[in-house]
Amino acid sequence: MTEAIDQASTADNGLMIEMADVHKWYGDFHVLRNINLEVQKGERIVICGPSGSGKSTMIRCINRLEEHQRGRISISGVELTGDLKNIERIRREVGMVFQHFNLFPHLTVLENLALAPIWVRKTPRAEAEEIAMNYLERVKIPEQAGKYPGQLSGGQQQRVAIARSLCMNPQIMLFDEPTSALDPEMIKEVLDVMVELAQDGMTMLCVTHEMGFAKTVANRVIFMDEGQIIEENEPEEFFTRPQHDRTKLFLSQILEH
Amino acid sequence: MTDLKNPSLAPPVTTVGIMGWMRQNLFSTPLNSGLTVLAVAFIYLLLVPFFQWAVWNADWTGSDQSACTSGGACWVFINARMELFIYGFFPTSEYWRVDLVFALLAVLIVPQFFERFPHKGWIGFFTLTGFPVLVYFLLVGGSFGLEPVESGKWGGLMLTLVLAFVGIVAALPIGILLALGRRSEMPVIRTICVCFIELWRGVPLISVLFMASVMLPLFLPDGVNFDKLLRALIGIVLFQSAYMAEVIRGGLQAIPKGQYEAARALGLGYWKSMSLIILPQALKLVIPGIVNTFIALFKDTTLVLIIGLLDILASVQSAIVDPAWGSVSTEGYLFAAFSFWIFCFSMSRYSQALERKLETGYQR
Ligand SMILES: Nc1ncnc2c1ncn2[C@@H]1O[C@H](COP(=O)(O)OP(=O)(O)OP(=O)(O)O)[C@@H](O)[C@H]1O
Ligand SMILES: [Mg+2]
Repeated sequence: MTEAIDQASTADNGLMIEMADVHKWYGDFHVLRNINLEVQKGERIVICGPSGSGKSTMIRCINRLEEHQRGRISISGVELTGDLKNIERIRREVGMVFQHFNLFPHLTVLENLALAPIWVRKTPRAEAEEIAMNYLERVKIPEQAGKYPGQLSGGQQQRVAIARSLCMNPQIMLFDEPTSALDPEMIKEVLDVMVELAQDGMTMLCVTHEMGFAKTVANRVIFMDEGQIIEENEPEEFFTRPQHDRTKLFLSQILEH
Repeated sequence: MTDLKNPSLAPPVTTVGIMGWMRQNLFSTPLNSGLTVLAVAFIYLLLVPFFQWAVWNADWTGSDQSACTSGGACWVFINARMELFIYGFFPTSEYWRVDLVFALLAVLIVPQFFERFPHKGWIGFFTLTGFPVLVYFLLVGGSFGLEPVESGKWGGLMLTLVLAFVGIVAALPIGILLALGRRSEMPVIRTICVCFIELWRGVPLISVLFMASVMLPLFLPDGVNFDKLLRALIGIVLFQSAYMAEVIRGGLQAIPKGQYEAARALGLGYWKSMSLIILPQALKLVIPGIVNTFIALFKDTTLVLIIGLLDILASVQSAIVDPAWGSVSTEGYLFAAFSFWIFCFSMSRYSQALERKLETGYQR
C-alpha cells in the first residue's frame, strides 16, 4: 500500500483526497449532499459550520468510519470501496484524532502508542516503543509514558492521542473537534502540537471552531451547513469577506464571545 | 500555623474506639439496641449448640461406628470414607494418578495468586491448554502404559473438579465467541448465535443432561457410542456457554463506541480490535458476572448424579445410607457443603483480587 500511495501521489501530482459528488443518508435523512473536495499533499484545511451540519460525518467518510452511498472518495488515488482489505490499508495511512480522545484506558500511554505499529505494521516491539517515545517527546510528555490515560489531564490525553496516530506514520491527519472537550487552559497545548505538525508539512483536515488556529495554519477554510459545502476560501478572505449570509451569521455568532 | 484560630482537637470519646463504634452501630436508637440484643441472643442459642456438637463433643478418631459414642458429630465417618469422597471408584492402585493431577493443579494455580511471579502468563496459558490434555491422558489412561480407567469409575471430588474445570475452561471461550457473534453485523452469524443462546438458556440443565444421556444415543447411528461423562460434559459446556455469552455481551455493550472507532481508525482489523482493545476491557467489566457463572457451574455439576455419575455430593449420599454407620447424614451433607464452599469462596476471592489488580484508575 505504501508503494501504491507513493506511486499514486506522484502520478496525481500530490492529490491526497478526492471527494466527488459524495452523498450520504442516515435512513431518510440526507446528511451529506454533493460534497466535492480536493486536498493536495501538505494542504491544511479547516472545516467549520453549525452543529449538525455534517462536518464529522464528512471527515469520517474519509477513513470509512462512515460509509457514503453515492459518489466517489479516493485517498491517494485509491478508491474507497466496500473491500475490507482496501479500507484497512487506507486507514493505516490516515490518522484520526477524536473529540473525546478515545485512548485505550486499559493500556499505558506507551502501550497505546506502540499497539498499532506492532500489530498493524508488524514493527518489532523494541523499535515500536522507541518510535513511541520519540513522538511522546514531540508532544512534550515523555515522562507520562508509564501512566494510564485515566491519570492524565484532558490536554495531555489529547496530545497522547495525536502521538498515537502519528506513530503509524500517516500521510493524512483528520481532527474532529480536537479541543472542544478541553478546558480553556489546555486548548493551547494541543493547538501548539497541531501547529508544529502543520509546519512539518502534514496534510491535515481539521474540524474546529478555533478561529485563531484557522487563521494561522489553514490554507483553506470550508464552511458547511445542512450537509453541503456552502463556502470555501483562504482564511484571510473567509474571515474578512464572507460571501454567504449563512457564513456571515455563523461567523458573527462564534466571534461574538 | 502558630496563630491557628481553631486548633485541632481530639475527637469526642463517644465517636472513637470500641465504645464509640458500638454506640454508633449497635445502640444508636432504642430499636437498634433491641435488635442488637435479639441478634446476640439468637446467635448464642444457635451457635453454641452447633459448636458443642461439631467441635467439643465430636469424635475425630477411630475407624468405625463404635468410635462415635460421645453424642456429638461423628467425623470418624468422613475420615473413614474419605477415599470414596475424593476418588470415587477409581482403582486404589491408580490413586497416584489422581493425586498427581491434584498436585499439578495446585502447583499451577498458586502462582496466579501472587502479584509478580516469573512466567505467570505462560503458566496460566498452560493451565488452560496443555494441562487439560495432560489430565486427559493421566485419568483416562490406556496409553503410555497406564491402565485404562473407564469414566464410570470416576467419582467424588475428582469428578466434580473435572466437570467444573472443563466446564470453566471451555465455556469461557465459547461464550466469548457467541457474544461476539450475537453482536456481529452479519445476519446469518447473528441469527445462529441468538438461536443457540436462547435455545440453551430456555431449557433446564437437568433436561439437557437427561437428553445427553438418554436421548442422544437414540439419534446416533448404531455403533457410535461415546462416553456418558463426555456427553454430560458437552451438555454442561454448551449450557453454561450460553449464560457466559450473555454476561460477556453485557460487557461488550458497556464499551463506548469511541473505542471501536479508535481501533478501526488505527487500521486494526476485527479480530485484532476485539482481542486487543474491546475484550480486555469488556471482560474486566464483567469479572463479577463471569465468576458468578463459574460458581453456578461449579455447583450445577452435582446434577450429573441424575444420570448416574457420582460427584462428591452423590458419593456422600451413597455413603450415608450405609447401615454400618447409623445416622451420619448431617455430617455427610456438612462435609459436602463445606467442600463446595471452599472452592466457590476461593474463586470469589480470586476474582476480587483480580479486579483490584486490573484497576487502572480510569473514568469513562
Ligand atoms: N448514526 C447516526 N444516525 C442518524 N443520524 C445521525 C447519526 N450520526 C449523526 N447523525 C445526524 O447527522 C447530522 C450530522 O451529524 P454530524 O455529527 O456530522 O454533525 P457535526 O457537524 O459534526 O455537528 P457537531 O458540531 O455537533 O459535532 C446530525 O443532524 C446528526 O443528528
Ligand atoms: Mg461533530
